[in-house]
Amino acid sequence: MKYSEFRLSGSGGQGLILAGIILAEAALQNGKNVVQSQSYGPEARGGASKAEVIISDDLIYYPKIENCDVLLALTQKAYDKYIDSLKPGGLLILDNMITRKANRNDVDVYSMPILSTAADKLNKMMVANIVALGCICELSNIVDKKYVEKAVMNRVPHGTEELNKKALIEGFKLVKDKKREMYYEVC
Amino acid sequence: MGEETFKLMQGNEACVEGAITAGLNFFAGYPITPSTEIAELSAAKLPRVGGKFIQMEGEIASISAIIGASLTGKKAMTATSGPGFSLKQEGIGYAVMAEVPCVIVNVQRGGPSTGLPTSPAQGDIMQTRWGTHGEHSIIVLYPSTVREIFDTTIKAFNLAEKYRTPVILLMDEVIGHMREKVEMPNREKIAIYNRKKPSSSLEKYLPYKVSEGDMVPKMANFGEGYRYHTTGLVHDETGFPTNNGKIAEELINRLVHKIENNLDDIVDYEEYKLQDAEEVIISYGSTARSAKSAIDVLRKEGRKIGLFKPITIWPTAKNQIEDLSKRTSRISVIEMNMGQYFLEIERIAGKYSKVDKYGRSNGELITPKEIVSFIKEG
Repeated sequence: MKYSEFRLSGSGGQGLILAGIILAEAALQNGKNVVQSQSYGPEARGGASKAEVIISDDLIYYPKIENCDVLLALTQKAYDKYIDSLKPGGLLILDNMITRKANRNDVDVYSMPILSTAADKLNKMMVANIVALGCICELSNIVDKKYVEKAVMNRVPHGTEELNKKALIEGFKLVKDKKREMYYEVC
Repeated sequence: MGEETFKLMQGNEACVEGAITAGLNFFAGYPITPSTEIAELSAAKLPRVGGKFIQMEGEIASISAIIGASLTGKKAMTATSGPGFSLKQEGIGYAVMAEVPCVIVNVQRGGPSTGLPTSPAQGDIMQTRWGTHGEHSIIVLYPSTVREIFDTTIKAFNLAEKYRTPVILLMDEVIGHMREKVEMPNREKIAIYNRKKPSSSLEKYLPYKVSEGDMVPKMANFGEGYRYHTTGLVHDETGFPTNNGKIAEELINRLVHKIENNLDDIVDYEEYKLQDAEEVIISYGSTARSAKSAIDVLRKEGRKIGLFKPITIWPTAKNQIEDLSKRTSRISVIEMNMGQYFLEIERIAGKYSKVDKYGRSNGELITPKEIVSFIKEG
């Protein structure tokens, strides 16, 4: 597998732990071994938050991640804290509000309007995690999309299924738009 | 095997699933990170299986409530972390003395005091052994995978019922909070042990009398007609207090020996790549996971190293550890503290083998990389 270790980072309350759980569940249904772990501060909101997912064909013992293959950063603070942990050749997915960037020419960078898509297009900041999940899955191809959709439906609160499904599709779409844009830049 | 037999499950969730499978029908607790999900899920699930959940006003009240519930015949559990576990020591001693089966879960976090609430630690190893005062023995189990949490919780209930004793289920923040793929067993095939009930007539029942060759008295439920008295004081067969030194000696001896004389039944452990091992790592809980990863790396480099992972922390697997010390040259105890279990291992193994320790207390899980370099340095 090209990517195995995923780190989802941002601030507490953004739903990154739930996004990590959904990613892990989708990969499990797709026949992989998975471990999801998390770390957070004593506060319920704000503060730094990260979820980690390991997806592997082998047994997984050590459940944490030192250096990751895929890094999602939704806040500048999380970006600053974890950018150095991304392995060379890794995949960096960041919200386009993050403007202060490190010099990492050795990774694939996708800067996309994740938070604003949730806030403006879907009118619910709360689904930014699922938009981000859509981006991760579309870019990494780590798991079949049908399993991701099923895991989202299984884990989001009742009554929010349609909204979250839309958010996931918007996430997929952000990547397609971004790739088209990058293609034109090259041409 | 269909894909539905595999589940993504959290450690704390597996604890509740295991407890309910073992027959848990009374939970009293006071939520505390990183054990809170155990209380939350007990609150959600117990009413659906005819059980009771109660959030108490504090930690001492919680353990008192489960002791009371157990005396009426319930299978009772509470869950906490360091600060709450300190408070519960009084109740643990009472449950030892009055021989009340119950399960106390301690999902360890950084300490002392309120410490590092959201970070892992293994600093309560000695507290589980000697936290409550007075001469006693205790059973402490410590799983390291989500599936093992399920199985070990069932074992905790079974041992509590069988030996009429509080059993402490130790976990840590890493295994409590992590989720992983688990295959759930067929529940109908799981052995469940229930406490032995008296067969004597109501008038003749002596609550603390043990029959010949047995070390555990039969236990009636409060409220079903048998009359008996329960106390934390030294007591005779009737359950009433006494100052008689001979009775005191016999009682304490029995309380200790009913556990220490049954190591074969109580002691549980896992061996990993030990068969041809010339050196051994001893590690438990989440740290044992790091140790396995480290061993895989070291094996690839040609080192003959394996893991001995105690699942029963107390009483210690002394026979197995002594055997190991006789056939290996170096034992490294790796734990998230500054060398607590190391003291016990050194006591058992130090005569025959070199015993080293590696540990720290910064709220982070020890990494395989650290273990690899520690082993190579020694």
